[in-house]
Amino acid sequence: MRLYMKYFSMHLQSQMQYKVSFFLTALGQFLVSFTALLGIWFMFMRFNTVEGFSFPQVLLCFATMLMAFSLAEFMGRGFDHFPRIISNGEFDRMLVRPRRVALQVLASQMEFSRLGRLVQAILVFCYAIPASGVNWTYDKIITLCLMVICGSIVFFCLFLIYAAISFFTIEGLEFMNIFTDGGREFGRYPFSVYGKEALRFLTYVIPLALFQYYPLLYILERKTSSFYMFMPLLALPFAIPAYAFWRFGLSRYKSTGS
Amino acid sequence: MKKYLAIFRIRFINSLQYRAAALAGMATQFAWGFMEILAFLAFYKADPAAFPMEFSQTVSYIWMQQAFLALFMVWFFEAEIFNAITSGGIAYELARPVDLYWRWFSQSVANRLAKTVLRCLPIFIVAMLVPGPFRMSLPATHGQFLLFLVSAAFSLGVVVSFSMLIYISTFYTLSSTGVRIISAVLADFLAGAIIPLPFFPQPFRAIAEMLPFAAMQNMPLRIYSGNITGINAFRGIGLQVFWLIALILIGRYMINDALRKVVVQGG
Repeated sequence: MRLYMKYFSMHLQSQMQYKVSFFLTALGQFLVSFTALLGIWFMFMRFNTVEGFSFPQVLLCFATMLMAFSLAEFMGRGFDHFPRIISNGEFDRMLVRPRRVALQVLASQMEFSRLGRLVQAILVFCYAIPASGVNWTYDKIITLCLMVICGSIVFFCLFLIYAAISFFTIEGLEFMNIFTDGGREFGRYPFSVYGKEALRFLTYVIPLALFQYYPLLYILERKTSSFYMFMPLLALPFAIPAYAFWRFGLSRYKSTGS
Repeated sequence: MKKYLAIFRIRFINSLQYRAAALAGMATQFAWGFMEILAFLAFYKADPAAFPMEFSQTVSYIWMQQAFLALFMVWFFEAEIFNAITSGGIAYELARPVDLYWRWFSQSVANRLAKTVLRCLPIFIVAMLVPGPFRMSLPATHGQFLLFLVSAAFSLGVVVSFSMLIYISTFYTLSSTGVRIISAVLADFLAGAIIPLPFFPQPFRAIAEMLPFAAMQNMPLRIYSGNITGINAFRGIGLQVFWLIALILIGRYMINDALRKVVVQGG
């Protein structure tokens, strides 16, 4: 952990050397999700509700996904770059160092400009939490925290799987984007919007709905059973196959040379 | 002209090599388009009367958008051009008896076309075969399809001449990431990449339809889906021609200015 903090401050300092570039990039990241937000807003100026969810309620959903994603992305950025680390042989150097491989990959890259998204998620929460008309009791606040924390863990696992696939393919697989970036983009609406089949898939296969749709129902008092409140925790076992897959890939690793 | 065509051909063939990447990309785009349509369907069910296009038009719009992603999205930049400017490789380029503007222009057009050729056909086939409300429809008349082709060509021109401005601005700023993301995001949003322009509320819609971004994917996709027909389609293509010429003139002016003051980055 101390080593991780060391890497952390190192990356922070190096990126702060180029301040203008840093802020422009952060602003760009902010705008990427801001146009998504504008899109939702424009749609709701025309349609008042979708599947019975109002604009502030959808924003609650949007902000949860955005925050979970940006936390995971900030931590797991190294995994995103992993195909490159493998293909240029950098990974061989990591293997000979007497430290955990996963930690080194994680620490190899951290992009603080990604926090532009996080800022936006916080701003949207500031608007949506009072505007959604929810009577905020302690259990609901806990539910919301669980949604964000478990959500970022699930996204983190998806990044891990993405990296592990490149043990076999060397190249990054663009298809995984549909679950990571796609999860973020489509998670702006509660997943029930996409119909029953999509919801079922996102519950049992890739557990994105577990920390988004079901606990949201609890917060909006559509479901009162406290089972829904703890649904996000059910998504956590997803980490087991994800990590197992990473270990499996690692054991099959063949260097690319060069 | 001949040498630019040669550059075009080399780049085109080069880009055709990455078939596995294209396959993965196709699957992603297909899933993406499908989810997008499902979201619009939910809104349509909520209030069909408030829907500004016919639903089938929206479906065609989204499928065509996915099929022609590489052609019309501003964010497909050429990393090579940025690198040439920041690493100093530009010196070699300048020594060649080729006009830099048109060289980059033809390179961008070639790469975009090659990526699209690989990807669009399978997406068309699947989009034509999926059941019921998700199926992509053909344009109502042959004339409409012809107008779409013309408009698509101009749209590609506008997209490329707009990204030329971003490339050239790197001569002044050197670090391009921020400018690149910001301009691409705004351009794509105003071109109707996130939601089609008819979904914009007034007065945003009226303003957006005048901007050069409306001459990008907005125009061909709406002509194809039958949202813009007849005289309006001709007027739209006129707007595209106007912006294409304007953007090229601005780009030419900027590159001449930049090259007069150019400082080659060493290394």
